Amino acid sequence: MQSNLPLFPEQASTVAGQVDALYLFLILLTTFFSLLIAVLIIYFAIKYRRSTGRKAEQIHGSTLLEIVWTVIPLGISMVIFVWGAALYFHIQRPPGDALEIYGVAKQWMWKFQYPEGQREINSLHVPLGRPVKVTLISEDVIHSFFVPAFRIKQDVLPNRYRMAWFTATTPGTYHLFCSQYCGTNHSEMVGEVTVMKPEDFTAWLESGKAEGSLASMGEKLFQQFGCTTCHRPDSGARGPNLEGVYGRPVRLQDNRVVIADDNYIRNHVLNPGTEVVSGFQPIMPTFRGVITEQGMQQIIAYIKSLSEQTGQPLNNRTDPTKIRDNEVPNVQQQMQQDNQNQKPSGKQP
Amino acid sequence: MSTVAQTPERVMPDRHYLNDNYGIRSWLLTKDHKRIAILYLISISVVFFIAGIFASLIRLHLLTPNGALFTPDTYNKMFTMHGVMMVFFFLVPSVPAVLGNFVIPLMVGAKDLAFPKINLMSWYIYIVGVTFAMAAIVSGGVDTGWTFYTPLSSGFLHTNVIVMVVGVIFAGFSSIFTGLNFIVTVHRMRAPGLTWGRLPLMVWSNYATSLIMILATPVLAITLILLGLERGFHIGIFDPKLGGDPVLFQHMFWFYSHPAVYIMILPGMGVISEIIPCFSRKRIFGYSFVAFSSIAIAVFGFVVWAHHMFVAGISVYSAMVFSLLSYAVAIPSAVKVFNWTATMYKGSISMDTPMLYAMGFIGLFTIGGLTGLFLAALGLDVHIHDTYFVIAHFHFIMVGGMVMAYLGGIHFWWPKMTGRLYPEAVAKLAALITFIGFNLTFFPQFVLGYLGQPRRYAIYAPEFQVLNVLSTAGASVLAVGFILPALYLTWSLKYGEVAGDNPWRATGLEWQTTSPPPTHNFHETPVVTTEAYHYGSESEEEVRVVP
Repeated sequence: MQSNLPLFPEQASTVAGQVDALYLFLILLTTFFSLLIAVLIIYFAIKYRRSTGRKAEQIHGSTLLEIVWTVIPLGISMVIFVWGAALYFHIQRPPGDALEIYGVAKQWMWKFQYPEGQREINSLHVPLGRPVKVTLISEDVIHSFFVPAFRIKQDVLPNRYRMAWFTATTPGTYHLFCSQYCGTNHSEMVGEVTVMKPEDFTAWLESGKAEGSLASMGEKLFQQFGCTTCHRPDSGARGPNLEGVYGRPVRLQDNRVVIADDNYIRNHVLNPGTEVVSGFQPIMPTFRGVITEQGMQQIIAYIKSLSEQTGQPLNNRTDPTKIRDNEVPNVQQQMQQDNQNQKPSGKQP
Repeated sequence: MSTVAQTPERVMPDRHYLNDNYGIRSWLLTKDHKRIAILYLISISVVFFIAGIFASLIRLHLLTPNGALFTPDTYNKMFTMHGVMMVFFFLVPSVPAVLGNFVIPLMVGAKDLAFPKINLMSWYIYIVGVTFAMAAIVSGGVDTGWTFYTPLSSGFLHTNVIVMVVGVIFAGFSSIFTGLNFIVTVHRMRAPGLTWGRLPLMVWSNYATSLIMILATPVLAITLILLGLERGFHIGIFDPKLGGDPVLFQHMFWFYSHPAVYIMILPGMGVISEIIPCFSRKRIFGYSFVAFSSIAIAVFGFVVWAHHMFVAGISVYSAMVFSLLSYAVAIPSAVKVFNWTATMYKGSISMDTPMLYAMGFIGLFTIGGLTGLFLAALGLDVHIHDTYFVIAHFHFIMVGGMVMAYLGGIHFWWPKMTGRLYPEAVAKLAALITFIGFNLTFFPQFVLGYLGQPRRYAIYAPEFQVLNVLSTAGASVLAVGFILPALYLTWSLKYGEVAGDNPWRATGLEWQTTSPPPTHNFHETPVVTTEAYHYGSESEEEVRVVP
């Protein structure tokens, strides 16, 4: 399969070739400058070796040369900077149509769940040629999701979702490593990523046992934890109606507007007092220690499914400052009016 | 090598700092910067060999993919203790506290550092730090990694993290005192005529280092105290379970530990700036550019810390800023390399042992620096971050750079410190062995890293074995290169040829006094009338004796 001494890992994603191109460019550059310096010092050491009858020529310096060897490296490094930054932006931003897989890292294993409810441990199956977005969180310490063949890596934090995405290009099985030191069995926190042809992937999904889709599991938890007691669509509800909320801006009590994304929802369930929606009392209890990270992801999938029924979420809105007031959903304005204690917000149209 | 001409004055002075007083008290209560430097030399050498033993065990363990020697827990302790001891207890104090301590007062023509008692206290504090660290090691070891990342270190591991952290905090205070001493000495105690523009570059680079030491080290102390508070008293700062943020720790830790990289390399650059002019018999090329590049590195070094965190979930825009600034800090280093190379041009070059180390430094530091460009390139760093590529990169800087410079400096100033010469042929051989062993150890690790072997792995995928075996083979060669100097330098204390005051015919003030110097350094306060490195103004040529 591989020679005994490979110099490059396999290229199995769309970015792999781009990363390797920058790497090769830098290798050429490094080779050139290292050889230049090495040849010069060895040549000088031989040519100007100490010998009787010859004295060193005293040279103070040369401002011109100093400028040359400041400006040229600066110019070259700016090229590398721009190249690297462009690549990074590409690696950090998933396309909108990606297949969404949720992952949980813990000492010392990887757990993944698919939208249709299949689950895996230390193994990730993905289809060929389709963007895949893995939303990751840790149950304990910091881990890092590293697939060398895809040239991607993302630290997995215990307090907020981070995302890694890739489009696989070659069927096969590749290493999944934890690359952030995480304690005793850090080096055994490894898994496999299997890239399958789309039809094989579909067949694989269907063969996997699932209790129901992620959203339906989330719905069960939603009822089990009694969330429906307050989060109801009717006007007398003590909590905001969650239909159509996912991916949309919500106004908070302090008049900030934030996007109700995965991180917002998770934070709200675990720390309900911190970002209270405008027009509601901070009465929600915390579910910290009650709900598992996988359960949390199921609930998020459920809330997301509520939005898919009622309307398209505003995709790719990550910058809250760009939100105009009229984009804040009417649902909440209506609820505000129902709430007698609330001062109407002056900014509302 | 052409040589000859035994200079007549190759005799030991009757009285010097080593024989002025005898007895253990005269050493442990000394306020003489030279004796304190010797105390530091002995203590950091012990630390270096202990940490080196850990390194050897790591490399032996990695001979086989499943780990040849240890359980994963033990392996984790090995790399942690190797890292902590090398970084905080060897690299940070190495050149400043040993060579800087010895030569800076001599170089500025002073009788001692500005605060001799604080200097002695800094050594004691260092020893307290080492004692804590050793206590943590012998009582079971620590397995946090030298970076102490939270929440792993604060809430999950069951080893003596707090004891080790206390040791590191002490080591930090010791370097603050050294830095404070250097700054005041350079400002206040220069000899008549020794203007800033005439200061040796060793003084400039240690001055820049001292600025970082006193400005950045307190942040390390604060960070580690917060870590201790969280670990000991469950005060939530970094652990999300207690309401903290683990990435905050990384910001605070690297706010010190990135500038600390320059604490570790700048003094080495100073040593190289002394050695190359001396053995090329030439003025340094572009004195002011080399001097100010040290200050530029110290300043830029403070604003690049988050380049250790490009995959830690910081915003893409801040990552971009830190990447850009990281390229800015690379430029002054490149300027230095070009100036050293240009200094050799049309010189009268003699390849004595210090010069071999200096040439090795330039080559390895160049590779180390250029591979830093890989890591600062955002999209590429995503792949190579936390792999062996990083390990190889910083060992090229820290071992290929700093340790080579340190050994070069030890060989350069050894005659001044002890009054004796070491056996030149053996020393050259050791330098060569070190260079070869180093490359064989760390070059394969670049490839390993790009292939994807993560760092801190006790067990690795079988396809990485060939390169790991090569690296281990190199490490055994490297070990020989480090053990040899310890042996022949010790030997030379008694049996070495008497060096004379200025065996290299160097121009620095430290060479204008006896070897070893008297306790008060100079019999008369020297007066400086020339620029640094006024080589070529002498009438002599070819006086140097090669035994």
